[in-house]
Amino acid sequence: MRLLSIYVHRFLPISLALSISLLVGGLLAFVAGESPIVVFRTLLLDTLGSLDSIAYVLFNATPLIFTGLAVAIGFRAGLFNIGCEGQLYVGAFATAWTALAFSWLPAPLLMLVTIVSAMLAGGIWGAIPGWLKARFGAHEVINTIMMNFIAVASVDYLVLNFLKEPGQMISQTAKIPEGIRFPRLSSFLDFLPQSHPLEISFILALLVACLLFLFLNRSVWGYEIRMMGLNPEAAIRAGISESRTLVFSMGLSGAIAALVGVWDVLGYHYRFVSGFTSGWGFLGIAVALLAKNHPLGVIFAACFFGLLSKGALDLELFTAVPREIVLIIESLAILFLIVSERVLLRDRETRG
Amino acid sequence: MTELIAANIRIATPLVFAAMGGIFSERSGVVNIALEGMMLVGAYTVAAGTYWTGQPVVGLLMSIIVGILFAGIHAVACVQFEADAIVSGVALNLLALGVTEFGVVSTFGHVATSEQIPGFQEWSLGPLGSYSPLVFLGLLIVGVSYLVLFHTAFGLRLRACGEHPKAVRATGLSVRRLRYAGVLISGALAAIGGAFLVLDTHYFTRSMTAGRGYIALAAVIFGKWKPFHSAGACLLFGFAGVLQGRLQGWRIPSQLVEIIPYVLTMIVLAGAIGRATPPAALGRQE
Repeated sequence: MRLLSIYVHRFLPISLALSISLLVGGLLAFVAGESPIVVFRTLLLDTLGSLDSIAYVLFNATPLIFTGLAVAIGFRAGLFNIGCEGQLYVGAFATAWTALAFSWLPAPLLMLVTIVSAMLAGGIWGAIPGWLKARFGAHEVINTIMMNFIAVASVDYLVLNFLKEPGQMISQTAKIPEGIRFPRLSSFLDFLPQSHPLEISFILALLVACLLFLFLNRSVWGYEIRMMGLNPEAAIRAGISESRTLVFSMGLSGAIAALVGVWDVLGYHYRFVSGFTSGWGFLGIAVALLAKNHPLGVIFAACFFGLLSKGALDLELFTAVPREIVLIIESLAILFLIVSERVLLRDRETRG
Repeated sequence: MTELIAANIRIATPLVFAAMGGIFSERSGVVNIALEGMMLVGAYTVAAGTYWTGQPVVGLLMSIIVGILFAGIHAVACVQFEADAIVSGVALNLLALGVTEFGVVSTFGHVATSEQIPGFQEWSLGPLGSYSPLVFLGLLIVGVSYLVLFHTAFGLRLRACGEHPKAVRATGLSVRRLRYAGVLISGALAAIGGAFLVLDTHYFTRSMTAGRGYIALAAVIFGKWKPFHSAGACLLFGFAGVLQGRLQGWRIPSQLVEIIPYVLTMIVLAGAIGRATPPAALGRQE
């Protein structure tokens, strides 16, 4: 009975939301002149057909694990961080700047320093709205949105004027030293082709998720964050400092989001490229929702979204359906999820 | 000088429409960060509608209807089912991106832009330059928004939903219905704002609103949820936009001008230039 109730309240809304949004996607595919069955097969089954393809799913999932965790930690503290886009942007800039400015350091040390500086930059960028909320009561949602735009404009300014690779039309920095580039998994795993972009960031993402799980559930600060999210009044009465929890959890959230910047600069582009982000910060919200803000659940939710975006590319290659259909499916899934959760919750409340 | 003013007004007009929409929604107590998506949907619809019918007026009407329908999703999610308005807003912005890009490919056959779209004949004001009729509509909307919100029973009730919904319910009125009205009005107005962009540039391009919905939201906050103040904020932010285009020869970097609206909004929100107090029940359920 208890198991059934867990299923109803945890997984039923998710399965409902996903099936309805996929159905709508199928309908759209039909309108676009393609058989829904072909679309579903391309989107879901074919993507899991080969190890190579599965590795692409994991590659797509990597940034979403980071942003999903970042949003989830905010939610756990009762805060809404929609500023991941800005935090990962300053994180990427800090990564590239540190890697280029301190390139004389020995490689392992330099790698560590770049990661720390990215997390610091993203952490400060995230902590500012947390502080503004603690100090002035200014809502973090508006401030994180504003800071997304501020991040993009100021970083682009800095790159264009001080770090741009000479002679290039595109706004991007020079390449970072070879020694600190993240090794690709294809160099350890024989079944992946050499060109496969999956690299150790994915392992790093899994590690961060596990650490965050332990932090939230086994540490005092994690307990304080959870308590602040569940019942702020009780938390304050119990002597937990509200301002410290707000600033710390937003800072931690920003620091984790900044790892997407590290992933892109050290693991993919090997340089900072203006405008490299493609909405991971916003999809991170969807990932966190789907995972119910559970750090380990984030891994699976991110993989599901990674699957969809891999499928989107195949759709464009093999069918007449534009890949944007995936964006529609994803956003509808969020909407159906929040609505079906409310409906089931209300159902439970009225029954007693 | 005339040229500068004209440029400023052209940048401010779409913001004004969206900001007025934002005021109606937020005054009724529903957070609306979906203005961006509503504008984008409005922009696409006017392009497709005008392309099909050849009439910008018909395109504009279709755009308003689709804007209302799109806002209806927000209303059903947040007002009917009391779901989180911020999550719903984020989802709607993603949905708008997906739907419009899907639409552009299906309507025009190519990926990035629409065919050329005819706009409205501009009205001349003699030495003051000539403007799209939508600019005058925008001015009218600001005045009407003020009158409706502050001098009609409907406006009083709508604002009461954003301040003290329980009191509204105690008088026997439906908070839900009033909030529906607020959100749907915001969809209609934001869609006109998006439509202006297309009718002005004669093309729809993918994600052409480029954050204007968020700037409009900033203008709502900067103007403290008041129509005339927010319209003023739109003009101010529009001026920042004009400067940005004209600073190329100077030593002031355009990106730093670009962030002025966002920084100002954060400062105001922190209470440094007169406190911006949101409606008391903004984001709360009945």
